[in-house]
Amino acid sequence: MRKAPVIAVLIAAGASAGPGRAGPQDFSSIERGRYLANAADCGSCHTVPGSDHPFSGGRPIETPFGTLVAPNITPDRETGIGDWTDDQFDAAVRHGRARNGGRLYPAMPFPYYTRMSRKDVADIRAYLDTIEPARNAVRVNRLPFPVNIRSSMAVWDELYFKPDEYHADTSKSAEWNRGAYLVQGPGHCGACHTPKSWLGGDKTSEALRGYTLQGWTAPDITSGKGALGNWSVDDLAIYLKTGHNRNAAAAGLMSEVVSLSTSQMTDADVKAMAVYLKDVSGPAAEAAASPDKNVWAAGKAIYQDLCSSCHTSDGKGVANLFPNLSEAATVSAKDPATVLRVILQGAQSVATDREPTGPTMPAFGWQLNDAQIAAVATYVRSDFGKNAPSVSEADVRKARSKLAARTN
Amino acid sequence: MMHRRRFLISAALWFAGTTSLTRASVIQGHVPWAPYPSSAPHIERPGPWQFFTADEANAIEAIVDRIIPPDPQTPGGKDAGCAVFIDRQLKGPYGSRAGLYKLGPHTKGTKEQGPQSGQTPAELYRKGLASLDKHCTASFGGKKFAQLSPDQQDDVLGQIEGGKVKFDGVDAQGFFDALLKDVPEGFFSDPIHGGNRNMVGWSMIGFPGIRYDYRDWVHRHNERYPYPPVGITGRADWTPHPT
Amino acid sequence: MARKLPAKDVVIIGLGWTGSIMAYELADAGLDVVAIERGPWRNTATDYPPNYAADELRYRIRHELFLRPEQTTFTFRNKMAESALPIRSWGSFMPPNGVGGGGVHWNAETWRFLPSDFVLKTHLTERYGADFLPDGMTIQDWGLTYDDLEPHYDRFEYLCGTSGQAGNIKGKIVDGGNPFEGPRSRPYPNPPQDQTFGPTLFAKAARELGYKPFPQPSGNMSRAYQNPLGVRLGPCTYCGFCEWFGCGNYAKATPQTTILPALLRKSNFSARDNSEVTRINVDASRKRATGVTFVDTDGNEWEQPAELVILSAFTIFNVQLLLLSGIGKPYDPVANSGVIGRNFTHQTISDVTSFFDPAKFVFNPFIASGAIGTCIDEFNGDNFDHGPHGFVGGGYMGQIQTNGRPIETTPVPPGTPRWGAKWKKAVKDNYQSAMKPGTGVHGSMYSYRDVYVDLDPTYKDRFGRPLARITMDFHDNEIKQNAFLTDKFAAIFQAMGAKQVVKEYRKAPYDVTKYQTTHLCGGAIMGSDPSTSALNRYLQSWDVPNLFVTGASAFPQNAGYNPTGTVAALAYWAADAIRDKYLKNPGQLINA
Repeated sequence: MRKAPVIAVLIAAGASAGPGRAGPQDFSSIERGRYLANAADCGSCHTVPGSDHPFSGGRPIETPFGTLVAPNITPDRETGIGDWTDDQFDAAVRHGRARNGGRLYPAMPFPYYTRMSRKDVADIRAYLDTIEPARNAVRVNRLPFPVNIRSSMAVWDELYFKPDEYHADTSKSAEWNRGAYLVQGPGHCGACHTPKSWLGGDKTSEALRGYTLQGWTAPDITSGKGALGNWSVDDLAIYLKTGHNRNAAAAGLMSEVVSLSTSQMTDADVKAMAVYLKDVSGPAAEAAASPDKNVWAAGKAIYQDLCSSCHTSDGKGVANLFPNLSEAATVSAKDPATVLRVILQGAQSVATDREPTGPTMPAFGWQLNDAQIAAVATYVRSDFGKNAPSVSEADVRKARSKLAARTN
Repeated sequence: MMHRRRFLISAALWFAGTTSLTRASVIQGHVPWAPYPSSAPHIERPGPWQFFTADEANAIEAIVDRIIPPDPQTPGGKDAGCAVFIDRQLKGPYGSRAGLYKLGPHTKGTKEQGPQSGQTPAELYRKGLASLDKHCTASFGGKKFAQLSPDQQDDVLGQIEGGKVKFDGVDAQGFFDALLKDVPEGFFSDPIHGGNRNMVGWSMIGFPGIRYDYRDWVHRHNERYPYPPVGITGRADWTPHPT
Repeated sequence: MARKLPAKDVVIIGLGWTGSIMAYELADAGLDVVAIERGPWRNTATDYPPNYAADELRYRIRHELFLRPEQTTFTFRNKMAESALPIRSWGSFMPPNGVGGGGVHWNAETWRFLPSDFVLKTHLTERYGADFLPDGMTIQDWGLTYDDLEPHYDRFEYLCGTSGQAGNIKGKIVDGGNPFEGPRSRPYPNPPQDQTFGPTLFAKAARELGYKPFPQPSGNMSRAYQNPLGVRLGPCTYCGFCEWFGCGNYAKATPQTTILPALLRKSNFSARDNSEVTRINVDASRKRATGVTFVDTDGNEWEQPAELVILSAFTIFNVQLLLLSGIGKPYDPVANSGVIGRNFTHQTISDVTSFFDPAKFVFNPFIASGAIGTCIDEFNGDNFDHGPHGFVGGGYMGQIQTNGRPIETTPVPPGTPRWGAKWKKAVKDNYQSAMKPGTGVHGSMYSYRDVYVDLDPTYKDRFGRPLARITMDFHDNEIKQNAFLTDKFAAIFQAMGAKQVVKEYRKAPYDVTKYQTTHLCGGAIMGSDPSTSALNRYLQSWDVPNLFVTGASAFPQNAGYNPTGTVAALAYWAADAIRDKYLKNPGQLINA
């Protein structure tokens, strides 16, 4: 995420100031907006990785319904949002409405951003105004018929969207409220971590209990009897800030969340998010049936021979280096998509300033066949993953072919 | 209107930062990574000879069974796959001396200066095996090496080792030295290379293979490590046994 | 025609240990740095993960992680009167290739040299008289002292998480460590690794003989560790696939596991892999480097201009590049003039194989790491009175059980046939109860007038440039040293209860086919006198002040220890000199 130098901020803000916009004196708005844009992780969709033109759009976003491409939100007047009013920008971010009144698809997480205040969004706008305008015309809608008809979103909005700013819970601390605001609002954690209905709307009664998207399982992140029950507040805060803690490492899609968003937030803010999240209790996962004992035995043999030299024979791993398989939430997730992906292809965990190592899991898909991968995944999930469901040979076969088709 | 090509270019940027073992690249900003290993090993499979002719195969199988003879506890070189190992190695970069410095002039030097001849191991074996059978047919009334009795075979090998036999176009003792290197390599290398079938070589000496974690055993002094060997393609226990 | 790239502040030739150290230090100082590496990028999970790294044939026998002689090699002869011939396949040393260099596949034996090693000429002359030194021995003082380097040794050890037991902290001798070592300012960052049965027995026998054994300082972690750059390493699991192999579980200190992750986060650093530097370019005055020329894998030539050039390409490549670039006066052994190529050295290694009763001894030799083992230092350097013995130098000796990999580990008693049923049975009977250290007697090689590097008149590399030519043989001094040390070493195994102890003395002539570590040193040595050294005490070229040359090429002679610790300490020392002195006032730092 680029930090606009002060002088450029002045010039850019002055040059592109349009109707009702933050004037050149509002440094604090711009800085606050930059921080909120990081918290809301705008760049993860609107900036193509490695691009020299932040927020210029063009990044394809895979949804269960097809692909959308994030638009250009630089101040370019023709291909970006340079010509939009603040009201129009606010309507997009907090109400899911495009400039022409049409509806945005919830790949733009407006059901979460609605919790931000008008000022929050105005500050984000002030920050975006300082970004270098980039000419990049993006055709957003690549969805297949009939979901490509935007007006169908009217029904969806009716079912799943309630415009509603965040309201503090006065029975909780200021820190808890800050965390709740960040998680439910700009952080939009539920967009990945909350299970969805077949229409793609949140199952709010199961908030944060896990969901699979883009080939990765975003695990259950509830406490109480949920997957993060044994994590402390500090564990969670450190994980958000550095991408690693004594139990787990952020990889896959979460890598990007950490590097672009949560690692850029203050220690106090990630701690607040952790305080809130630790207060979100979930039920214990359904205990699965015991695995087939032959499969389990084979899995144990493979684990001892191939996995224990990093993850140790009791699955506890090495703090901040090799995840503790009993406490890393993805291991016990009902959907084994991440477990299988990581075993088949390997995975690089995130590097941050405080934790630059980026320990990387090697790939085993070339070495183990489907039955063997099913066996070791079953063993790990049963013995370390708190009786999570077994994995079958057919599951592995399907995972392999899905991954072969994937480009990310 | 966004052009399709730009879309693809954008997607391609996701792959930026991957490297290769053979292509120059620039690395900046993050440690490069791509799914799947850069250099997963090639796994040799049983099948027809890839280098040896049928005659050569007969000879080499007989040779490896004399260099490492079978006994009641442990198979010999042939059943351990040493001949297959050598076959696959000679077909590959080892056989053609790939990666070695080959420019001339080729001048014989001192022993301390190392081998200088341009001869490849592939040539050495072709000529060596041909000369061996030629020597045997001449000395044993038309019988090739593979047709001799084990004692006779041992005698012939002993004579070659002792410098008492001359080969055509190739140094007989040099050929024998190559065998003394290659056959044990076939007996003790990971089974992915074609030899050490079922890890018999490793089982013979008690070498556990690719096991990577001995932390629980460092302190167990003077106590034999009890677990069976495992190779890169695993061991029987990796596959669920049917009920 | 080389295409010119945008200029950088610093270009670093070779991204191994010293290249990585220099890159980090100079990028940290705010300079724009590019490192150019001949070989490929390598990293743990994608290049040597635990599920295929432990392949003895591929990595130890076929040398897959090393330079291919086809890409470049050297020629070799024992004596000046002979013609040198190409080393067509590696033998006595194995040059590294790729990002991380030798640091990827070293054993991680991490030593400091003795204080007397740095002032060797002065010290030995004072103690024994100039006549005690053999004719033709060209040892020199380094131009700096152990005390100068101490903080930099410490820095490298804490970068690496070196696991060891201090023997001398600020002058106070500490029990259990090396009583001969120079004083260190603080203990090692990690305790010593655990020892297996063999080294434990060795230590016991050594103690009973009156020696002071200690665990070898190891760059393989005895426990999980986070270094000052924030990079983490995991605990070593004693897999026995250390030297020659990449470490699959982040437990060996390498540039990849200690520096590169933090270095790559600096936006002012970039690296080019698979790109070979063919020349250091100098301007018309020949006193200023303007950058380097390199070739990529498509055969395209590029010019990388830079204000400061760091040559960190491994010993002989440093020397060869200086000669090919016309920097410094080439050494002439006949006239005894010139500096580039002089004082070239290797190591004097020997081993002892011992056979124990299989009914009573089980060693599990495969439970090993590159640097576990116990050593004694009584016979290193000038730690003992050489007067009665007629030689100088020495080395540490130890039961350093680096591995039990079967292709290399089939010790059989002398007289056993080399093949057949008896051989097979002897291999089986002795594997678990024989002891053959991976590193046994690790003796010094001092420098001589007739041991040097120059350019070969006949043989060329794939670009048509002359190969470097090595003229090297053992001298009586080292042979005597080795006989003495090997006998002492064997006596310890005798005392351990071996039923048979087989000594393999190192004998002349130097044989380029027999492996003896890759500790090639010298050829671009540091010193106080420009007529006998290529570099000043800061590793800065006397001839081209904006060129610094790191690596063991700077050693005026080799000592009885693995060189990496000293190589890295010198790099930190040089980096400090650049940051604190050179950048403020670029130019020759020493007026000699």
